[in-house]
Amino acid sequence: MNARELLDRFLLTDSRDVGCDDALAVLHVYVELVAQDPDAAAARYAGVAVHLAACGPCQDDFAGLLATLP
Amino acid sequence: MDRVAGPDEESAEWLRVLDPAAPDHDAGLARLHERLLAIARGELRRRHVLVSGPEQDDLAHQAAADAMLAILAKVATYRGESRFTTWAYRFVMLEVSHKLGRHYWRSAPEALPDEQWDRLPDRIGVDPHARAEARELAAVVRAAVAENLTEHQRTLFVEIVLDGVPLEAVCARDGTSRGAVYKAIFDARRKIRAALVANGYLPPREGESA
Ligand SMILES: [Zn+2]
Repeated sequence: MNARELLDRFLLTDSRDVGCDDALAVLHVYVELVAQDPDAAAARYAGVAVHLAACGPCQDDFAGLLATLP
Repeated sequence: MDRVAGPDEESAEWLRVLDPAAPDHDAGLARLHERLLAIARGELRRRHVLVSGPEQDDLAHQAAADAMLAILAKVATYRGESRFTTWAYRFVMLEVSHKLGRHYWRSAPEALPDEQWDRLPDRIGVDPHARAEARELAAVVRAAVAENLTEHQRTLFVEIVLDGVPLEAVCARDGTSRGAVYKAIFDARRKIRAALVANGYLPPREGESA
């Protein structure tokens, strides 16, 4: 990937991104669904999945919560 | 899978024992705290934070104690949509993030303002050997930032993207929410990209006008 393509990818925002507050509000429900059925989670919570892919702190919290599941 | 009505057995047991009227309420609180502390310790280890042993344990205790307060204050809002523990551990994760954000400033590296813009190519993964391309890229983004962002957005963009200050550290220092800072950076990225599409540096996406 050249410099412009990397920049484009870095700057590109997704309008489906729900933001931190909405993502965190359902994180406990989303994380259990991901563990059970990742496709269903991505379909039902597309905006949350998009947000977690773009937001480092929320991704950290998600990964930590996922690691606690039995 | 459809959610069953009411929480599972283990979750119901947590709810029972968290009721102040339960005869074993105090023992239940102690058990919950023990769990939260174990989760906080595990999470600090998982994040590979560069914090020494006693300090790391102190952070774990602080996170567990504050998560406990949040859980007790909000337990009435638990709707049984997940296991009780998943719902409760979310507060531990948030507190661990917050404590680490605050902790960052104890040993934050000195900012080097003169070299800030030289760091942009590296931040987005541009090959350091592509010097001319990298210099041009930094210059066009710098101009777009100066012309299109509000003062607030510009400050946060420089601090988080160029200086690499963790978003949570900015939140802890300024007393702002993660959502507000994320939104400012999100809007900054959108505005910079729009400016670079408008001046032809970046190609428009499908359905996007140049
Ligand atoms: Zn977020």
